[in-house]
Amino acid sequence: MLGYQRSDGRKGIRNVIVVAYLVECAHHVARRIVDVSADMDVQLIGFPGCYPNEYSLRIMKNLCIHPNVGGVLILSLGCEGFNREGLHATVAASGRPVDTLVIQERGGTASTIAAGVKAVAAMKESIAQTPRVPIGLEELVIATVCGGSDGTSGLTANPAVGKCFDRLVALGSTCIFEETGELIGCEQIMAERAITPALGEAIKACVTKAAHYYTVMGYGSFAPGNADGGLTTQEEKSMGAYAKSGDSPISGVIKPGDHPPSKGLYLLDVVPDGEPRFGFPNINDNAEIAELIACGAHITLFTTGRGSVVGSAISPVIKICANPETYQRMPDDMDVDAGRILNGEATLDEVGGEIFAKVAAVASGERSVSESLGHQEFILTYKSFEPVGPACLPMRARRA
Amino acid sequence: MNSNDSSRLILLHEKDNVLACRRKINAGDTIVIDGRHIVARGEVDVGHKLARADLAPGDVVLKYGVPIGSITQPTRIGEHVHTHNMKSDYIAITTRHSTGEEAKS
Repeated sequence: MLGYQRSDGRKGIRNVIVVAYLVECAHHVARRIVDVSADMDVQLIGFPGCYPNEYSLRIMKNLCIHPNVGGVLILSLGCEGFNREGLHATVAASGRPVDTLVIQERGGTASTIAAGVKAVAAMKESIAQTPRVPIGLEELVIATVCGGSDGTSGLTANPAVGKCFDRLVALGSTCIFEETGELIGCEQIMAERAITPALGEAIKACVTKAAHYYTVMGYGSFAPGNADGGLTTQEEKSMGAYAKSGDSPISGVIKPGDHPPSKGLYLLDVVPDGEPRFGFPNINDNAEIAELIACGAHITLFTTGRGSVVGSAISPVIKICANPETYQRMPDDMDVDAGRILNGEATLDEVGGEIFAKVAAVASGERSVSESLGHQEFILTYKSFEPVGPACLPMRARRA
Repeated sequence: MNSNDSSRLILLHEKDNVLACRRKINAGDTIVIDGRHIVARGEVDVGHKLARADLAPGDVVLKYGVPIGSITQPTRIGEHVHTHNMKSDYIAITTRHSTGEEAKS
């Protein structure tokens, strides 16, 4: 398995150029640059808002210096509040090629697109020289998320991911599970897996925070399709979602953009701190995936019952289909068919092993199904967080 | 588990009072629950739940051996357990046709 050596010591499994727009007003120009470049490893990310926000700046910085990223082209309209100089400086300090194009200073749409296409082409040449080095599974950060869950998710795909996570954690990989709003009802059993009692209390506190936040918003993390698929309550969905975490001890709680400070299993607390200010914690599955990638995830394991099709910019998404009927309907969107467990055609351990093998293959360069189909969804919105407390990271945090 | 219709139903935990459906059940099908033969009154889809025993309003629903909500309507053994006869003990859910505000009441 060969990875891409980055100067901060981390290693990537992809060598992507990201074109990052800093306000919706620069979105079209950025998208055209990506379209004209016509390369699956030139990808679009961005932030829509004109008001500055510490969280989104931090997430963008972490994404732009993610080990899967080789170079960055920043697209600014010119008058938005995003700290483009700060983002540019962070990328430059990481040793990556970076360019910032300000549309208002570049003569407008057409000339900026032309300049951007040229800049991307030059960057492609320069990152082709990135050293390739051996990379082991123990050097990877693997995340998991579920989307379009149904009553089969908690029976097949989620516990199978849990089996894969247990193997990865035993090998020394770093694994991240998340969505504290989908762990409502599991706080007690989850706290008992914490490596210290204080961390257990911190886990319970972040689920309490999530329950409060969602109650104020008036909606749980529960979509109509979840009910169509047989899930009746938030806590039932939670129990199924929780199974993705496997049985390993929980080493810490991190927040979006924090890099896990050690190997092991981490819980990502995605619910903003303080009273609700900017809306729902994560407005869709891709908002969660973007946060996991900002925490360093090289690959995301995405379980689905109803049949999600999404992928992501920057880091590959592996799709694990929980429901055998869904798999029959949309097999071309799935990497792993976990519904066979329900039909008695495979065991949880066998499917866990298939997911593990798929992680190794995708880390070695094989394209996941969503990558091959061109799925590069990305979304980032406003949020606000306080840093995690000392109890959350018994192994000590390295804030990125 | 042996006394259940294991090709179509899964008992996830001994304590559970619901069974998970692994293959679609149609109205009129005979299903076996703890050795009792029950004629299904309605359709139950894959991934959905049905009652392992007669359940009364206020009964806590146990799945995976843990509480996942409570019963709101009398429910007979073998009957579909879902949003029509069960609710969350944490936070109301919403549908495409109701807002969060309506669902809270």
